[in-house]
Amino acid sequence: MSNDVVRVEELRKVYDLGEVQVEALCGVTLSIRRGEFVAVMGASGSGKSTFMNILGCLDRPTSGRYLLEAKDVSTMARDELASIRNTRIGFVFQGFNLLHRMSAVQNVELPMLYGDVPKTERRKRAVESLTAVGLGERQGHHPNQLSGGQQQRVAIARALVNRPAILLADEPTGNLDSRTSVEILELFQRLHRDGATIVMVTHEPDIAEYCSRQIHFRDGELVDDRLNPHVRDAAADLAAMPPAHRRA
Amino acid sequence: MRLAESLEIALEAVARHRLRSFLTALGIIIGVFSVITIVAVGAGAQHMMQESFKSFGTNVLWLLPGSHVLGGARISITMSNSLTPEDAEAIAKECPDVIYVSPAAFTGSPVVHGNQNWSTVVNGVGQTFPVVRSWYPAQGAFFTEAEVTMAAKVCVLGRTVATKLFGRDDPVGRTVRLKKVPFRVIGVMAAKGQTGWGQDQDDIVLAPYTTVMKKLSGQTHLAAVSCTAVSASRMKQASEQITALLRRRHRIQPGAEQDFSILSAKDVLAMVDKIYDTLILFLGSVASIALLVGGIGIMNIMLVSVTERIREIGIRLAVGARGRDILLQFLLEALLLSVSGGLLGLLAGVGIAQAIASTLNWPILIDPGSSAIAVLFAAGVGLAFGFLPAWRASRLDPIQALRSE
Repeated sequence: MSNDVVRVEELRKVYDLGEVQVEALCGVTLSIRRGEFVAVMGASGSGKSTFMNILGCLDRPTSGRYLLEAKDVSTMARDELASIRNTRIGFVFQGFNLLHRMSAVQNVELPMLYGDVPKTERRKRAVESLTAVGLGERQGHHPNQLSGGQQQRVAIARALVNRPAILLADEPTGNLDSRTSVEILELFQRLHRDGATIVMVTHEPDIAEYCSRQIHFRDGELVDDRLNPHVRDAAADLAAMPPAHRRA
Repeated sequence: MRLAESLEIALEAVARHRLRSFLTALGIIIGVFSVITIVAVGAGAQHMMQESFKSFGTNVLWLLPGSHVLGGARISITMSNSLTPEDAEAIAKECPDVIYVSPAAFTGSPVVHGNQNWSTVVNGVGQTFPVVRSWYPAQGAFFTEAEVTMAAKVCVLGRTVATKLFGRDDPVGRTVRLKKVPFRVIGVMAAKGQTGWGQDQDDIVLAPYTTVMKKLSGQTHLAAVSCTAVSASRMKQASEQITALLRRRHRIQPGAEQDFSILSAKDVLAMVDKIYDTLILFLGSVASIALLVGGIGIMNIMLVSVTERIREIGIRLAVGARGRDILLQFLLEALLLSVSGGLLGLLAGVGIAQAIASTLNWPILIDPGSSAIAVLFAAGVGLAFGFLPAWRASRLDPIQALRSE
């Protein structure tokens, strides 16, 4: 078996808008190896969101193949895709997408609820996952009692709790101030060092500099794909930044 | 996902909007409440009627003038003057399976004693009345055959009438006036109390039917004749003998409709049962409509609930919820609303039925079977009407659901 976590071949996605057909992806071929930290870049409308949705098994390609861990998921049924999302994919969104009526630890437990993990095991793994993102102390807090950065850490803990093959982050720092953004990137880099495969959509070039590989989309095509020779170290940047002001 | 966890989520969603959940369930509450109350009150009344007819004796036949059609729940009564005292006498003489015959004539009249005045029904009956009804005078005596034959102006008072007119005095031997005609009080019946439906059985004056007809009402026909068969097993024969005799006496051609009818306690019970069954069925259908309306209310709120929570559904789908997990979650929510509504309705129904029983002195009968059916039906309504919203929720596209605000 190859070391590819993701392999897409001639991936096409056409949206049928009635009178017109919009080609959001026109034949993308690409591999992502285990342990890569990839930045997906491109202007809005470039097809990067469509690409991420297909990668995340939230959407299916019109044609082409998508192999996730060598398994063809492009032809799977709805429920099979749900199970793939549950166990093999971790999502982090720009808007965090936490359930506000639940505490941090309950939010992290959510994927395991749909994976039939027993209750005690669920709680144990959720606490472990929250501890791994540095929020072990705040497991009982509700999202509205947490800062944006903390909420995003809860979301990351939730994404990781089922030990997915790949972590997909869609503009994860888009709603955060610059220091908190670097904090989140420091967390991603740490996870990456520990072996996680991460694909992150961003339109900010300086955020992409923390990734080891950068790919660019334009008009539904992959136009640039290169390794980043100078990966910035978020931990070092953080140390150089003025200390965070204590917020009220 | 396991059922217990889905139930927990549904419970939390219902508890979050308490007032809304209550209002949503209100239709179901009212529906179940109506079913329970209607059935309880109706069954109570039916039971009471049965009991009171049973007390009339199982071997009594009522002979009524006119034709009574006992088909289905219909009873059509044609008033007729076909029954005469002579008919009653003939039955007593010629029907071997009839032991007692008690003709009856009624008239409403004020009963006056001194300056005391009481309006009641004067029942003209035969001397066999106490035996037929197993109801005897507590003071004095009942009138005799001779008094009936000579249409003597004597009467026996019910306990209520005696108390109203004479207080604690003994009325026996005193005189009362019925329609200005003086009657001698020869007895007071034993107190019998109220019937199941609140009628005071002691508010009565008994006099010989002959006297009532000749001196009070001026009628020449009888209102009814109650005939007692020698035994419950000879009822059929007694009925056939009376029919044959009266057809002959009234010169009714074979095949022609007869101008009298014979009812037994069993017939009347069957009729009463039919009337109540129909009534309960009718009211029950009205209550079912309330349940259906309640179901529509649930569907409405569930659609709102799904729309409000599209983003939540998107998040759940994104982390791996399958369509059926979402379906189950919302279906359970609808079920929870309808079942708790059903149980609240059950509680309210039982409570109100009890209140009716104690304040209106109305016997109620809470039927566990129909109560269970009402609650189950409510649950079914919740499932049926909760399905569409739940199904819509389960078919949502995760990407669009996540994008919604």
